[in-house]
This record gives sequence, C-alpha cells and structure tokens, in this order.
Amino acid sequence: MSNDIFVLVEHRDGAVAESAYELLGRARELAAATSGAAVALVAGAAASLLASQLGAASRVIAVEDASLAEFTPAAWQAALAPLIAERQPLLLLVPNSGSGMDVAAGLSAATGLPLAAYAVDVAIAGGSPTVTCQLYAGKINVRVRFDGGRGIATVVAGAFPAAAGQAAGSPAVERVAPAAADARIRFRRLIRPEAGGVDITKESILVSIGRGIGEADNVELAERLAAALGGAVSSSRPVADAGWLPRTRQVGKSGLRVKPKLYLALGISGAPEHLEGMRDAELIVAVNTDAHAPIFGVAHYGAVADILEVMPALTQRLGG
Amino acid sequence: MELVVLVKQVPDLAEELEIDASGTDLAREWMSFVASEWDEYALEEALQLRDEAGGRVTCLALDTGSVDELLATCLARGADRAVKVGAFERGPDSHTAARAFAAALRTLPHDLVLTGVQAIDDLDGQVGPLVATELGLPHVSVVTHIKIAGSAATVHQEYAGGLVAEFEVDLPAVLGVQTSREAPRYAPVSRVRQIMKTAEMEQVDVAVAAGSGLTIEAMSVPETGRAAEMIAGSPGAVADRIAAILRERGIVKA
Repeated sequence: MSNDIFVLVEHRDGAVAESAYELLGRARELAAATSGAAVALVAGAAASLLASQLGAASRVIAVEDASLAEFTPAAWQAALAPLIAERQPLLLLVPNSGSGMDVAAGLSAATGLPLAAYAVDVAIAGGSPTVTCQLYAGKINVRVRFDGGRGIATVVAGAFPAAAGQAAGSPAVERVAPAAADARIRFRRLIRPEAGGVDITKESILVSIGRGIGEADNVELAERLAAALGGAVSSSRPVADAGWLPRTRQVGKSGLRVKPKLYLALGISGAPEHLEGMRDAELIVAVNTDAHAPIFGVAHYGAVADILEVMPALTQRLGG
Repeated sequence: MELVVLVKQVPDLAEELEIDASGTDLAREWMSFVASEWDEYALEEALQLRDEAGGRVTCLALDTGSVDELLATCLARGADRAVKVGAFERGPDSHTAARAFAAALRTLPHDLVLTGVQAIDDLDGQVGPLVATELGLPHVSVVTHIKIAGSAATVHQEYAGGLVAEFEVDLPAVLGVQTSREAPRYAPVSRVRQIMKTAEMEQVDVAVAAGSGLTIEAMSVPETGRAAEMIAGSPGAVADRIAAILRERGIVKA
C-alpha cells in the first residue's frame, strides 16, 4: 500500500501522448496532498526510454518486454493487473481513450479496485480521492468516493492543463518484467488516416455540422456557407459515420482536436466526446433546435433554430 | 456461431434530467427510458455477422421489470432469442451488471459477445471489459469493422486523431461496439407489440454480489463557466446577428 498516484502513460512512435502530461500535472498536485509520489507507469518494448519525456514524475515504472511492442488490451491487462494489485497505489489515473477504457475497466475487474469513469476532476479530501464524473452526455456531474479509499479513474481529455505535467529531467526508472503474458489478441497493423485535401487542424474558420444536417444532400448548404466565410466544413461523429464527410473532417475524441478562430457548431448537440475536440476555439457560435443542448454551455453565442434555414440565410448575408 | 448481445435501457436525454431531493440520484419517478444507443449498434453488427456467417443472435437484458419492450424490439429486428437475466429493482451499476451477465453467460453458449462501447450512465466503467474479465475472456472496446474468420475475429479499435489499430482476437471474446457498418435496422412498432403479446421471453436466474465500490457524494448540473449569449428571433434574424458578430470581430470583412 502506498499514498502514490499512478499515471498510466500512453505513447506512440516513441513519443508520450498529451494525455500523460495532463494526468501527470494533476498527479503531482494530488501527491503533494497525500505525501506520496506521482509515478508514471509505462508499458512497452522499450518503455524505460520514455523516462526522459516524463520529468514531472517522481519516478517511472517501466514494464518492458518484446511482447509489449504494440498495445493490445489483453497484453496490457495481463502485465499490469498483478503490478497494480501488488503496489496498491492510492489512485491510478488512466486516460479515457480508446485503449484506456479497455485497460481501466479490465484492471478494475481483475484487481477488485473500484473504477470511476469519465472523470473531469480529481481531488483529495480527508486523505483519499474524490472523483467528479461527467455522465448523461455531459448533462450531469457525479462526485464519488472509493469505498476502500483507493481506486482507478479514467479521465477525459482536456480535464487538466498539460503544461503542469511538462517538466525537464529524467526521473529514476524501475524496470519490471510483465508478470504474465496474454497473446489472445494480436496487433496486426496501424491504419493512419489518409491525408485529405483539407487539414481541419490548420483552418481558421470551421463550419461544423452534426446530426441536425439531416441528410447527405444538405451538406452542400454547409459547403456554400464555408465558401462564403473562407473556411472549411468539419463534422461531429454521426456525419462521418454516415459517410457524408470523410473521417479526416471529424472533430472530437476519435477525430481531431481543433482550435480555429471561429467554430460554427451547426446541429451539433455537444456530447463530451465532441467538446473535447473543439472547446478551445476562440469563438464558438452554436445553432441547434434543442435549447438544452450541451453545446450552448461552451458556445459564446447560441441560437435555437433550424440550421437548414439559418445556413442559407447566413450565406446570403455574407455575400455568398 | 453463437452471437450474444448485451442490451440495456438508459434515461431518455430528450427529456430534462432532474436531481432528486437527496442530491445523490436522479429524480426517477417520471423518467422515460430508451435503448442505449451503442447497444443498438452492437445488435446491428451481430445481425450482420449472423447474416454473413450463419448462427444465432441471443439478446440478454437484466430484468428490471420493464425490459419486455426492449427485448421484443431486438426480436423484431431479427434476433433469434431473448433472455431476461436475474431480477433487479432498477438498472444496477456496471460492475453488478457485469457479474450478472457473466453468470448468465456461463449457462449460455457464446462465441462472440457484443455490447455497446459505453452508455451515458456507466459511472463505474464500461460493461464489456468488466464482463470479459469476469469470464476470463479477451476484450476490445471502441470497435468497428468486425470480421469473423474461423476461431478468431478481426476488429478495428479507434484512437484519437483518426488512428485505427487492427487486431486479431481469439474467440470467444467480448467486443464493445462503437458503431455499426449500417444504421441500426428499423422495427415497426406493430411488430414489436405483436411480439410482446406472443413471444416467450426466457429467464435465467443469477445470484451475484451487488455494488460498484463507489459511493455517490453529490450530483450536480455542470457549471460550464460560459453560458452562450442567446440570439432570439427568426432564422433570418439569427443570420443577421451572426453576420454582425463576425464583422465586429473582423472574422469577415465589413
């Protein structure tokens, strides 16, 4: 048992992910309150080499083995569950990412440690963690405590500033071999998005459309508005799922993070997965038929209206 | 191929959620429920996989006393079998649900178990990896593009930035489905009603420990720190105001 705060570090192509810095920054603050250490937990074929990028951690536990060259949920769970059960950190912070969801829930069931999901804040009260979780598509926050005082939290991207977790230095590394292996899931290949004609992360004006666009033929209305504004069209997940725009235009958790000068959110309700990709835009204007849509919580200006009527009207006002 | 789909209902977000007097639960008296969106994708994928490779689709729901319509809708969409699991006063937390589903799955044949990658109310984590770990099965979440070949499945797992990993997974396995290859098929209400009258729902009794290990201290409506300044009026008036704002800020030329 310890009062340490562990952070599961995600990495790709030899680089630590942004999520690790967001979590390490918070872990340092929490560890100061518990008189424990902020510990970076890294698994990989050459995990210890990442220590030089983890200066904010007090120390690094590197779980190293050739079988961990690529992430699989089974290999990570087999390697990490015995380690977490043995070390009993006060708290394990895991990014709420594609891989983090698998690892955190699997570790919870395997170790018996409780799990608080979709965390947007983590604090220490009376020596043990409290976690604020975002549920019901961002409409309700739930603050929980772990019954045994220890647990795991999956943290949504952008919950904490990355800057607090970026520090120079190379902490001491403890190298451990995985306690067990599990090859029932085999990594085959990584598919990278095709470079499209438009890079939405570089556009300063985005006309972003969601479910409210209704049908494929209406995408043209957004294209015309974007042309009048000198910007590009992006989307939330349902529009990409429907194949109405390429995946390279998708903003959000499984798409891209954007920070344009203007983000016009049209017919986008604003699920947490979408908000984490666009909430830092300089000016957000949202139009949606649902007055209670969470998008209005992050927008600077909002209107409850039908985008199919607003888009052509606005295009016309802009001389398009 | 025995395909099993775990389904549940969640509060309908089309209606306003309210926090009850205790401050630690939703006001549930008048709440209406809908099928969890991602579970519908999981069912659609299971139906597609069965239609390709043959076999049977079995849908499991925890019996909260009000899941007949949910399961009848699964049957109306083409599931072969529907099973109610246990007896619950209301939908339990994910850990309890996972133990109950795992107990039922120990008595039911399963090559591939599919469920929604997440639900809007899974405070204590996602059911897929929890069920898998209870059963000692491999699991993959955030899955699209499922293909079955022999005793393994090939799946895609999505990451940020549009990156996708392709895995080969030994069966039996549990998958948390992000989206289906086609939109979930429609089931006519008349057919659902007819099935509710005539179909025999099977029942599996389970005895499991309840509890997630979490205690809810408080619920709140999130403060966003920024409430949008709302623009009233007709679509034309809204367009006028937005155009004016963009000009004031120099985003478009005056």
